[in-house]
Amino acid sequence: MVDLTVNLGGIRMKNPVTVASGTFGYGQEYAGLIDVARLGAVTVKGIRLNPWPGNPLPRHAEVMGGMVNAIGLQGPGVVGFIEEDMPFLRRLGVPVIVNIWGTSETEYAEVAAALDHVDGVSGLELNVSCPNVKEGGAAFGTDPQMVGALVKAVRGRTGLPILPKLAPNVPSVKPFVIAAQDNGADAVSMTNTIPAMVIDVEKRRPVLANKVGGLSGPAIHQVAVKMVWEAAQVAKIPILAMGGIMEPVHALEFIIAGATAVAVGTANFIDPSTSLRVIDGIAEYLERHHMNSVSELTGSLQIQ
Amino acid sequence: MSEMFDRPAAIRHHRPLQGGYCELILDVPEIASAARPGQFVHIRIPGMNIGSLRRPFSIAGADEGGLRILYKKVGSGTEVLGQLPQGVLLQVMGPLGNGFPLVPEGKPVLVGGGFGVAPLGFLAKRLPTKGLLLVGGRTDQDILDVAIFKGLGWETRVATQDGSLGVRGLVTDLLDEMKGEKIEVFGCGPDGMLKAVGERGIAMGAKVWLSLDKHMVCSVGACLACVQKLRRSDGSEWIGRVCKDGPVFEAREIVW
Repeated sequence: MVDLTVNLGGIRMKNPVTVASGTFGYGQEYAGLIDVARLGAVTVKGIRLNPWPGNPLPRHAEVMGGMVNAIGLQGPGVVGFIEEDMPFLRRLGVPVIVNIWGTSETEYAEVAAALDHVDGVSGLELNVSCPNVKEGGAAFGTDPQMVGALVKAVRGRTGLPILPKLAPNVPSVKPFVIAAQDNGADAVSMTNTIPAMVIDVEKRRPVLANKVGGLSGPAIHQVAVKMVWEAAQVAKIPILAMGGIMEPVHALEFIIAGATAVAVGTANFIDPSTSLRVIDGIAEYLERHHMNSVSELTGSLQIQ
Repeated sequence: MSEMFDRPAAIRHHRPLQGGYCELILDVPEIASAARPGQFVHIRIPGMNIGSLRRPFSIAGADEGGLRILYKKVGSGTEVLGQLPQGVLLQVMGPLGNGFPLVPEGKPVLVGGGFGVAPLGFLAKRLPTKGLLLVGGRTDQDILDVAIFKGLGWETRVATQDGSLGVRGLVTDLLDEMKGEKIEVFGCGPDGMLKAVGERGIAMGAKVWLSLDKHMVCSVGACLACVQKLRRSDGSEWIGRVCKDGPVFEAREIVW
């Protein structure tokens, strides 16, 4: 038996596989299809202080190698989440990573404070890179100083592990990783969707009501692998990697590049069993390569 | 939560109908036996590009372990699906969604537009009483499954916009003829038709159950791609998920 346990900045996971925020609802939605309790952690859809309606429809478009979405972070607000969704998640006995966002440093900090002592919440992923909400998300994510300040503001209000989720549309991820860890982040997560657009040529109109959205799925995988590899060169804190995992081999690429844990995203929509197959595939790989633990594989990339 | 499955299903039978419509029967006994009218399945179609999403389809019948689907070739997914021969395995998730209620307070009047008739034949088989089918389309090519209703002893009326079959006009014109009768309405079709059916039915004081058709991604309520603004009985509004909270809603709930 190989050791699949990982410590993601204080979040103790029995295996290195979680799901990407926004692709798995609040866990319960998939409970009838897969054994959700087998996941290393459940990462839930983005939460802000108050309920938020999200964007008008259409909110998604299928494209080559994935999809472009502009859901717009529709959600029940932090109180609604704690009351309606946490009871199920608590019963699972799996670490819960709550993705949080806001339109100001103060709002992020308020949401973090509200979740601080909630039984079952194991970590906070700070969404600083959602391309679909003007005021929040991406506005913070393309300036390392703003990411640093945001992490600091949240750090002051919670003892939970915090993981800023970094944007792919920056020249280099390295200053963001440094800003995060210097200001008290426990891990970093990457990558969010890549800003994208789809045009209906017959109507000569954008397909999405929001005009632009975020690209996800296999199309972004190699972009994310490069980003993780670069981040690992400066990161003193663990990396949670995501972007286009469809098969175990894609998760293994992330881990070899330097990720401690991985998240399955768009693949949940196509094959809900992907995350469980990835867990099994990682174990099988480690056995085949005579490794005792997944931590031996993290950052094991060899470059002559 | 009702039971749902994600299973490989072999194509038992697949044939083109008129006008680009096709009939598909899948061998998937667990889903077929659990299925209720108005529910749907989410199908992964083999042979599409990597990363392609599943496609939702209404359940048009469930007999002898076979799940019947009625669809029109309208895009990349259904074009690929249309090429698949008998024996090919599809990955099928379902049954999904809430389905139609099966205890009407009056004579059931089923209103279908185009392949929106798909769940209605299945519904007619499961309703406790016989009723009336009203079905409409652009031309006679869009009129499907009428024989199923006739076989069950239902009365059927057809409207086409070009008059090539039945009366010339819209299916809602046929619904107007029901004024004064105690009816309960069940509709499935394009949004414009459903909105009109809802308005006419409400004006008659009938309960009107409408099955909405929206593009879906996850089909289990997780991704929030297929939302619809809805109204509670106290007048307050909320945003529901067509896949999970629907696809069937009472017309008074829907904020168009």
